[in-house]
Amino acid sequence: MDMKGRSIVSIRDFTHEEIASIVAKALEVKAGKWPQAMRGKVLATLFFEPSTRTRLSFEAAMVSMGGQVIGFADPNVSSAKKGESLADTIRTVTGYVDVIAMRHPLEGAARLASQVASVPVINAGDGANQHPTQTCLDLVTIHEEFGRLDGLTVGMLGDLKHGRTVHSLAQALSHFRSRLVLISPPSLRMPDHLKLELEAAGCAFEEVPTLESVPCKLDVLYVTRIQKERFADFQEYERVACAYRLNRETLAGACSQARIMHPLPRVDEIAEELDGTPNAIYFRQAHNGIPTRQALLGLVTGAIR
Amino acid sequence: MNDTSRARKVYAIERGTVIDHIPSPMALKVVQILGVQKQGILTVGMNFPSKRLGVKDIVKVENLILSSQATDRIALVAPTATINIIEGGQVVEKRPIHLPAEFKGLLRCPNPRCISNAEKVTTWFLREGAGADMAVRCVYCERVYQNPAELVV
Repeated sequence: MDMKGRSIVSIRDFTHEEIASIVAKALEVKAGKWPQAMRGKVLATLFFEPSTRTRLSFEAAMVSMGGQVIGFADPNVSSAKKGESLADTIRTVTGYVDVIAMRHPLEGAARLASQVASVPVINAGDGANQHPTQTCLDLVTIHEEFGRLDGLTVGMLGDLKHGRTVHSLAQALSHFRSRLVLISPPSLRMPDHLKLELEAAGCAFEEVPTLESVPCKLDVLYVTRIQKERFADFQEYERVACAYRLNRETLAGACSQARIMHPLPRVDEIAEELDGTPNAIYFRQAHNGIPTRQALLGLVTGAIR
Repeated sequence: MNDTSRARKVYAIERGTVIDHIPSPMALKVVQILGVQKQGILTVGMNFPSKRLGVKDIVKVENLILSSQATDRIALVAPTATINIIEGGQVVEKRPIHLPAEFKGLLRCPNPRCISNAEKVTTWFLREGAGADMAVRCVYCERVYQNPAELVV
């Protein structure tokens, strides 16, 4: 599969084979197969919205493969502040670098950038829409744990309405005959249009209101944060957040063997007492951001084939 | 109403495009989408009785032959419309509306957080499904809308 020149904008753009191939390349990179593959190449990290974790992960990925990085982490220092359009910023930067990683607060910004750029654009988050490199690293972590992506039972817990990571992960897993168990309060259920997409893709899923009502053994439990600002009533938030908090007690039953994942940062939705258990793989998941982004940077620039 | 009395209400044209069977009251929207407001004589008739639709609108554009590509843009607001191409006072072509797979520059994304509302971008939507289940997806923010006719600019 040749991905040279291709932008990574949305997980929706990728087939089953392409996703499987990206995951395989990330595992090769992690095994040390492509050292210094980015030597002589330059990455621009354009962060129109702050994100320390994702930006550092992209920069570390590039530098440790011998590449160089230019960019900005604060839109106030870019010419967007002077009123330059995003399209013009991209048209300019595209002449300086081999690949662009961009985060922007507006949805669809990465798609627009990919249309005007002459080098590949990797979406590092466009508002509430997509964050495809996060999804890829989630899949790499799952593959690393189970040796496969096919046929796993994956629980998704928390805010399934607003959480873009669970939306993209569900879309990706729908290619792999997964069974999804969607665990959320009624007010934070996965949006209907996404459920229709899962149905159309033939992905089996069920919705349950609590961890106790999970009907089957889970291979993975993907936890997301329930954000305070989604609730008008603070007491209601406290009640809901408390009911979805994961600890030794709530992890019993169907979830007892499940690998726990989380896109991080965590606040208090996973008790620290679980950090040392074999279930907890969320920090390893975060570390997989490096080989995953290295694989993507290499694939789209043609440095990895 | 017989043919003679209708002819007095909306006169026949020698050459041009007649868009018939427009569901009422979408005639003015059709004119707007086609962008023919200043393209010579334009006749707009509304609320004619129709066996098929109950009531219908008709738009006649004189001396302008509209392509399928142009008329298919009205599919969202007037899917039942029929296009008659008139030459020398005769109908030389009669065709239905085809539902395009995508709509460029026709709809506005209602998502205020969509980049298409912040930058000078030609809006772009992909059609998903057809008939009563038809929806459109914004190529930029990827949101799906079940009511595409309401998004027409």
